[in-house]
Amino acid sequence: MAVNRMFRICPSTGLVYHEPAEKLMRWNAVAGVVSLLVGGVLALLIILTRWQAVHLLPPDWFYLVLTAHGLDMLVFWIIFFEIAVLYFCASTLLRCRLAAPGMAWAAFWLMIVGALVNNVAVFRGDSSVMFTSYVPMGAHPAFYLGLILFAVGALIACFVFFGTLVVGKAEKTYNGSVPLVTFGAVTAAIIAVFTIASGAIILIPTFLWSLGLVNYMDSLMYRTVWWAFGHSSQQINVAAHVSVWYAIAAIVFGAKPMSERVSRTAFLLYIFFLQLASAHHLLADPGLTSNWKIFNTSYAMYLAVLASMVHGLTVPGAIEVAQREKGFNKGLFEWLRKAPWGNPVFVAMFLSLIGFGFLGGISGVMMGTEQLNLIIHNTIYVPGHFHATVVVGTTLAFMGLTYFLIPTLFRRELMFPTMAKWQPYLFGLGMMGFALFMMGAGTLGVPRRHWDISFAGNALPHEFPGTAWLMMSLMAICGLAAIVGGAMYLLITVGSVFLGKKITTPGFAHVRAKDGVAPTTKPVEVAFEAHGTNIGTAGFVAPGTLVLALVFLVAFVLYYFVNWKYLSTVWPLS
Amino acid sequence: MSAIVPPPSRVWWKQPLDRVEGTWIVIAFVWCLIMFFMMPYWHVYGKQNLSNEAYRTTPEWHTQKTQAMVDKYKVREETDQKIPVVHPPAGSDVYLIARLWQWWPMIELEEGKTYRLHLASMDWLHGFSLQPENINIEVHPNYEHVVTVTPTRAGTYSIICNEYCGINHHTMASRLYVVKSK
Repeated sequence: MAVNRMFRICPSTGLVYHEPAEKLMRWNAVAGVVSLLVGGVLALLIILTRWQAVHLLPPDWFYLVLTAHGLDMLVFWIIFFEIAVLYFCASTLLRCRLAAPGMAWAAFWLMIVGALVNNVAVFRGDSSVMFTSYVPMGAHPAFYLGLILFAVGALIACFVFFGTLVVGKAEKTYNGSVPLVTFGAVTAAIIAVFTIASGAIILIPTFLWSLGLVNYMDSLMYRTVWWAFGHSSQQINVAAHVSVWYAIAAIVFGAKPMSERVSRTAFLLYIFFLQLASAHHLLADPGLTSNWKIFNTSYAMYLAVLASMVHGLTVPGAIEVAQREKGFNKGLFEWLRKAPWGNPVFVAMFLSLIGFGFLGGISGVMMGTEQLNLIIHNTIYVPGHFHATVVVGTTLAFMGLTYFLIPTLFRRELMFPTMAKWQPYLFGLGMMGFALFMMGAGTLGVPRRHWDISFAGNALPHEFPGTAWLMMSLMAICGLAAIVGGAMYLLITVGSVFLGKKITTPGFAHVRAKDGVAPTTKPVEVAFEAHGTNIGTAGFVAPGTLVLALVFLVAFVLYYFVNWKYLSTVWPLS
Repeated sequence: MSAIVPPPSRVWWKQPLDRVEGTWIVIAFVWCLIMFFMMPYWHVYGKQNLSNEAYRTTPEWHTQKTQAMVDKYKVREETDQKIPVVHPPAGSDVYLIARLWQWWPMIELEEGKTYRLHLASMDWLHGFSLQPENINIEVHPNYEHVVTVTPTRAGTYSIICNEYCGINHHTMASRLYVVKSK
């Protein structure tokens, strides 16, 4: 079989695209965006139902739509896009051909079939079991089958990624170590393999159970193993979007990591410790000991939290250093004031970083604390937290990357550039408000996945305080703003990709890899540049970032202890 | 563009740590340790810790124990469905059934007294959510969770379900009364 070695060099960015890899990236990204469109329509319906003043859907439809929304967003949108990111980080950044494009296509179509089978099962109406599909509540066998097919496809795609790393190494398309962003992608892919294996361990027996071939599924066993899949898949997102942050910092500012060693070690901590975090879904469950809960939910002493706190510093720190070296060296924050606040690639990335840290990170650690979990478990605080991590964190970072990829990968000019300028603000800030008000309502006890908190017609209704109702309305309003922001993203992306002005380069032709593309740089031993001999203040090269980090720490400490204070007022339990 | 190209120096791991990074790593690590030690600390000095006591059970066994308690300590019935309200003595074992889509029976406790609350589900997962106190515990089928609880304030509380349990999940609500001790 002939190996396709056709490459092209993007004239504006200098990036190298392998022809089959390029096509796969595009198709995976498009499949992701289509899932986002479906999930977004469903999100609108959910918001309009939980906003009790509108209360749009009847209960059966509400639970159906909520199930489909979770799957289309959290699984199909994000993973399709991540596969595109993996291929980009391997083939494009290493300037090498994609290993086994045929297998990559098989993976893609398996994922498509899986996503369709799963969606059909949900929309038939007999599989409204939520994203988590906790047994002994059962769904139609096709529900589990669809997920299994999708996961097998994603696993194959991960191995195509690993294969591409091997190809790059063997064909010497780069020198020394892989770029930091590729290293982050490797982290994501390794976590993905663990995640998918856990998914197989729990979903295959559940599928057999739904067919009647297995006669008993233990609910605690299911929750324990399912979360090794369900939570770890969110860790893939974290590793992926942190890589995207580094990539965008490099693309927009030419920023280099403050130190490769620190950033790479932080990624390594993810591999070692993030999976343990799955246990924090089980803090309110019987049958598990406190020792087990404390060890696992602290990710063995919060070493993965440490990793995220490190990335949260080094990404803006690298930007600060790059900006200061460009001359924006006055005071603490000139580098930030003079950042390109009209460039959606940067704005999306920066809001993603802030939202993920301040809202998603702090709330996640708070509710992952063994005792504190008692006062938020299964309240709407939980979706508040993960909309801050997965939507503000991952989705917004991916949106920023999209604006970069449209001209270079799809070779189209961005349509509606003014709208694109505002899109990350509307979506990001709307989503932050949405998440924040959900957390507020959750603190007041409002349950998640609940059709009617007014308990109308119930003999023993519970009356939530007025503040909780207000929070739910504010949540809905912010949610609608985010929906508009999401619609803008879809309009810009779909418009640009299909109708945007083609970018043509005169004399453009594909070239064979060996005929000049990928001129590997000579391995030179450069001395460590001590960046910042004359930038920054008081011996700190990035003092502004350090101040921001300390502000973050103060917010974290205060919020953490406020919750302990709140816990100390509830009924004693032992 | 540096994070997207290989590190310029082959032995990048020997690059000395930057002062900003070094400072932050130390601060962040200390904070992580504090957060870690808060959990064991609260087990020793805090009053709100979820019980580790749990047993395997069956719906039949749990129903039998609950029925025995209802027969012994029922004080009245409420609502059209005649849901019994039980007032068990302080310090005793109190049984609560979670099932589609009801908490059964209703419980009346005394302020400041301690009870052993036995939670189990008859069918699917349910979420015991005591409002407005906001204590939330997962309830499994075939597991009996024994939670020692001490109500501190008299009043009428709600128990709602906050683990999705099917089409009528949102109707699963009940009461818990806390009365001044006589």
